[in-house]
Amino acid sequence: MELKSKNLLGLEGMKKEQIELILDTTETFKEILMRPIRKVPTLRGVTIVNLFYEPSTRTRISFELAEKRLSAELVNFSANTSSVQKGETLKDTVKNIEAMKIDIVVVRHPSPGAPHFIANCVDSSVINAGDGAHEHPTQALLDLFTLREKYKRLKGLKVAIVGDILHSRVARSNIWGLTTMGADVCVCGPSTLMPYEIEKMGVRVYSDLDKALDGRDVVMVLRIQLERQRSGLLPSLREYTNTFGITKERLKRLNKGFTIMHPGPLNRGVEITPEVADGPYSVILDQVTNGVATRMAILYLLSGGEKKLE
Amino acid sequence: MAKPRPILIMDEKTLHRCLVRIAHEILERNKGAKNLAIIGIKTRGAYLAERIAKIINSIENVKVPVGLMDINLYRDDVQTKLEQPIIQKTEIMFDVKDKIIILVDDVLFTGRTIRAALDQIIDFGRPKSIQLAVLVDRGHRELPIRADYIGKNIPTSKHELVKVKIKEKDSEDSVSIVKERRDLR
Repeated sequence: MELKSKNLLGLEGMKKEQIELILDTTETFKEILMRPIRKVPTLRGVTIVNLFYEPSTRTRISFELAEKRLSAELVNFSANTSSVQKGETLKDTVKNIEAMKIDIVVVRHPSPGAPHFIANCVDSSVINAGDGAHEHPTQALLDLFTLREKYKRLKGLKVAIVGDILHSRVARSNIWGLTTMGADVCVCGPSTLMPYEIEKMGVRVYSDLDKALDGRDVVMVLRIQLERQRSGLLPSLREYTNTFGITKERLKRLNKGFTIMHPGPLNRGVEITPEVADGPYSVILDQVTNGVATRMAILYLLSGGEKKLE
Repeated sequence: MAKPRPILIMDEKTLHRCLVRIAHEILERNKGAKNLAIIGIKTRGAYLAERIAKIINSIENVKVPVGLMDINLYRDDVQTKLEQPIIQKTEIMFDVKDKIIILVDDVLFTGRTIRAALDQIIDFGRPKSIQLAVLVDRGHRELPIRADYIGKNIPTSKHELVKVKIKEKDSEDSVSIVKERRDLR
């Protein structure tokens, strides 16, 4: 099996075998992170630019570590300290960076589709590290890996994604990934934060949290994106917490051996109580650990010689 | 074009005798099995490593730790190969520090695989020494590498393919030469 792709832009349309290849490769890379020297020389001489137009802690550090552990060379770019401030367009920025000879662009951008646009402008591989409310494929892949590691399967797993679905690229990528792998996915959140026609992605929609949690194996709690809440979509955070916050009490409805996930950063006491976030069933920090291995696997799979022969 | 007929070099019995001899040589040279550890290079070297450990166990009644290694991440042609190799797990469950490591592979050819394996072992720690055991040495080295224990020297042309089959994977034990290596330019 080959990934047969130059870029990783999203999980929409990705085949089951491709996802499996990435997850299997991730398993190998996870072992490297346990070695005394957590580094392999695989991507020596490969130059990667991390193009971040939005703030990020986890994704950015995770990509940086993955790149360093594969011995790649990396350059970091953040929009607020660059010529973007002088009005340089995205296309010009990327073209100029590519002129300095780079192989892979990792991009996080507030506009959906920005990575696709970049992929059309440059010859380098492009990895989407989050584009607006559209997709965040590496996050979904690390979530899939974390679940597969725990349950040894993804097929038939009952997953509830709870919170602000409307603004969530994590939710979208996870819905594509999970449904492709045969999991049963439902979403739950306030109707103002539920995208129109989301059922068409193959998920059930609940507005009652208790019903959504009934008989589920996994709850993915999404962050209430405080920076995007100014437009009055929520009456108040307290009301949100009362209706959709994940509390210990509510966990009783879940199946035995359930799992709580959260892509981070946490708003403790808003979408999730500290008690639940730190509970023994929470895999929030495993997700972060697995993130590095997942990104190493993706970088490895995308950097084969095939694309250079095209 | 007619399919070239493979020439059988080793059958099950010869192959087993080779491994028994190698096991004895290892013990002789290192004066016993103390401090030994065996690392096999995936895929077929790993099976051979386990067999050698078993033979040593039957001779000396000592259990020698066995590790398995995938060297693909240490290759020097990762970015130029047509197909990205599927990476298998490396399992070295012992500390390599101060051990005498016996590295095992099926065929010694250009020496590039061994170079990658040496680099990888050293990333796990500093062994006392590393010795190389191979079932077949077919020549054509591209690096200054030689084997300490050799099952059989088989002089070959670069266009031939040495095919090693191991029961655990290929349902028979044999070594044969096939003409025409199509994967070499």
